[in-house]
Amino acid sequence: MKMPKPDAEVIARRKQIVGALRDIVPGEGVIDEADELRAYECDGLTAYRELPLIVVLPATVEQVSKVLAYCLANGIKVVPRGAGTSLSGGALPLADAVTLGLGKFNRILDIDYDNRCVVAQTGVTNLAITEAVEDKGFYYAPDPSSQIACTIGGNVAENSGGVHCLKYGLTANNVLGLQVVLIDGQVIRLGGKHVGADGYDLMGVLTGSEGLLGVITEVTVRILRKPETARAFLLGFATIEAAAKCVADIIAAGIIPGGMEMMDRPAIHAAEDFVHAGYPRDAEALLIVELDGVEAEVDHLIGRVQRIAEDNGADSVRVSANEDERLSFWAGRKAAFPAIGRISPDYYCMDGTIPRGRLPEVLTGVTELSKRFGLRVANVFHAGDGNLHPLILYDANVPGELEKAEEFGAEILRLCVKVGGVLTGEHGVGVEKRDLMGEMFNEDDLKHQQRLKCAFDPKSLLNPGKVFPTLHRCAELGRVHIHRGRMRHPDLPRF
Amino acid sequence: MENEITPGTPEEVLDAVAEALAEETPLEVLGAGTKRTYGRPAEAERTLSLSRLAGITMYEPNELVMTARPGTPLAEIEASLDKNGQQLAFEPADYGPLLEGAEGGEEAGGATIGGIFACNLSGPRRIAAGAARDHILGVKAVSGRGEAFKSGGRVVKNVTGYDMSKLLTGSFGTLAVLTEVTFKVLPAPEDSRTVVIPGLDDRAALAAMTTALTGPWEVTAAAHLPKPLAQRSWVARIAGANAATVMRLEGPAPSVAARAEGLGKGLAGLGTAGELAHADTRALWREIRDVHPLVSPPHLGPAAEVWRISAPPSEAAAITERISKNLRTLAFYDWGGGLIWLAIGALEDMAASARAAIVRAAIGDAGGHGTLIKADAETRRTVPVFQPQPDALAGLTRRVKENFDPKGILNAGRMYAGV
Repeated sequence: MKMPKPDAEVIARRKQIVGALRDIVPGEGVIDEADELRAYECDGLTAYRELPLIVVLPATVEQVSKVLAYCLANGIKVVPRGAGTSLSGGALPLADAVTLGLGKFNRILDIDYDNRCVVAQTGVTNLAITEAVEDKGFYYAPDPSSQIACTIGGNVAENSGGVHCLKYGLTANNVLGLQVVLIDGQVIRLGGKHVGADGYDLMGVLTGSEGLLGVITEVTVRILRKPETARAFLLGFATIEAAAKCVADIIAAGIIPGGMEMMDRPAIHAAEDFVHAGYPRDAEALLIVELDGVEAEVDHLIGRVQRIAEDNGADSVRVSANEDERLSFWAGRKAAFPAIGRISPDYYCMDGTIPRGRLPEVLTGVTELSKRFGLRVANVFHAGDGNLHPLILYDANVPGELEKAEEFGAEILRLCVKVGGVLTGEHGVGVEKRDLMGEMFNEDDLKHQQRLKCAFDPKSLLNPGKVFPTLHRCAELGRVHIHRGRMRHPDLPRF
Repeated sequence: MENEITPGTPEEVLDAVAEALAEETPLEVLGAGTKRTYGRPAEAERTLSLSRLAGITMYEPNELVMTARPGTPLAEIEASLDKNGQQLAFEPADYGPLLEGAEGGEEAGGATIGGIFACNLSGPRRIAAGAARDHILGVKAVSGRGEAFKSGGRVVKNVTGYDMSKLLTGSFGTLAVLTEVTFKVLPAPEDSRTVVIPGLDDRAALAAMTTALTGPWEVTAAAHLPKPLAQRSWVARIAGANAATVMRLEGPAPSVAARAEGLGKGLAGLGTAGELAHADTRALWREIRDVHPLVSPPHLGPAAEVWRISAPPSEAAAITERISKNLRTLAFYDWGGGLIWLAIGALEDMAASARAAIVRAAIGDAGGHGTLIKADAETRRTVPVFQPQPDALAGLTRRVKENFDPKGILNAGRMYAGV
């Protein structure tokens, strides 16, 4: 992975930049000591590390605005950072860039039950929003597995998902408003406590823009009433195909479960060894299907899902009898990543999405790749929405094994795209999948994406080196090409 | 010179846009034209009609996904979904009858799927299922640069690159011409009921809807029709009610029954709740979705201006009161109060711009958007149709337009002057 060549001229000005930033953010808000910078050298994609030029931790929107305006005026790159839990290197520092940490934006500003929303500063954790409203029976629906640590601003930047997005949507579907600081220091508000704002859906494009368009300082999210009850199924199948067919049949029956997760045999065993959740060790595929809502609905759907599971030959069918049992069904799934961590020195988590129906052939393909690369793989899968998380097991201490794992991962993602899927469902492109963008998009597709970037950040100072394999200058992208060869098409009907 | 171009393939769209770019001849981009008067009048010398670029090209019910050409009639899509017990969960409104009084308006049922996404339509289920922008998965389009591009895909979970599909959804054809849309489809509810509480005034109704929406009953729509508008309903129980506060429940039959009972009890303090069964529920919410109460509104006439105001539900009553103090109005509420539909009768001694100023001042600091959905062409040329933007946002909007349509050849001026 090649990052843009650091600008030696900017690095040479480091002392001066530190001084200017200290004028904006006084006290301990500017970090320039190497051992303190070390804490920021990577995010959740730990294979890539780089010391930031400087870290600045502003405490007010005004400070963010001044920092960005200063960086624009002086041609300095900026890497925005929330909690640094990105799994794709979205917050990976650059040697010639200021890392802009938003950890001080940690207050919930407004809890508004009547309008069913919460206004939070960007650095509030995902879980803290739910914790702030759960005593009144509400919650914030998107629940990425890092929810204890990841920030709401980071969730917006990555359009985070979680196990419940099949029914309740992604971050993009649950955000009502944003306050954003643009690279020139101007502050804009998009949406608010109302839904259905007009104008271009800039909130929609900022969501999932990976810190390349602006710095989010405040987020308004909708909160939902917690379902009256939730019950889960644990279903064991002798084949992946049977489990996949069961998923398709549940959806064909018009049922959208609150969560529908699948694990393959290696994942089942790793999880069972770790948390003893009572998973069937003889199953090739395990499904967790959760139904939530009012009791009458859940009771009704339990019967229907049970019949569908039995029709598809489920070898073991368990329904949670109480809340403890429901949580125990989930315990293994939720611990799947650390469980894999116990059986392998390192693992590499992939994140492709595929049309659900192509699961059996994709998993067969992954198994073949596993043999070809000589690396083990375990699969956990958001089966309801087709989001696949193969975990590639490797040992970073064995020379060449990381590179082999990365090439294996890239092959899996190529396979996902080949069957009509995409490179990343919820972890983002970052640096990790940047060079694979050409698998999905042609040059014109990518140029149009970069033109959106040019509207926000014409000097390409925000988070460069992420998402796009090739950086074009906005001046070049802005040129209008007249395609005279395409004109005056004789067949074009006119009236 | 030929004034209407009707390409039948994406390549022909590319040719038409490339030619318009080379000649700097601005185009008005249309589907069936049912919402042609929604927005500012576009500055154009020719129309580019997508009515021939039509047809469903992919539908996989088990994958909950469909792909269609932009000119595909909504009716065709709905018929196809209906056969599989599925629907567009965002319940797109049909503004045809509402806009009929305005120049170029159309009868019901004519809308195309491209137009629905270009205008980011939604309906009463907005509060539970979102708008068109929450259901678009992928697009193919030709930008004002005369270049084809695609974004997104056919799967629900996808963060590969910027979500350009959302950018184009609601952009009123000002950035690119859609040549294909891929979107989510969902199971249609097996059953539905509407809980009706008669006789509430606006403030009591809004409080009732807030109670309903913050409770555990999974209400999928909540609206309030004051007496003169309730009377216009085709559903007898609503027409006979002295104002109707209505809340919809959808899902499997046993669930709907249990939730309707629970909701009725939860609102017991507000008066005796009645219920509408499935068929009446469907009829009522179609009326509300299509703004039927304000089609030629009583005493205001077919020339009345119609505004769509989105606001925090807790502010809705105050906004409506501030407007009605100064103008002759009729209003009803959808989205539990988050959406105010408001008709304004013309006053002889007041200019359209003054009426608009009253509406926008009333929204003011409450935080919200006022969109002038229906007015004559002259009014839409002189009064900002969409919520005016602060400078920083207006500048950003303009830069987005310039990057996608630098010569201003696509629906120029449809959203804002120059955009």
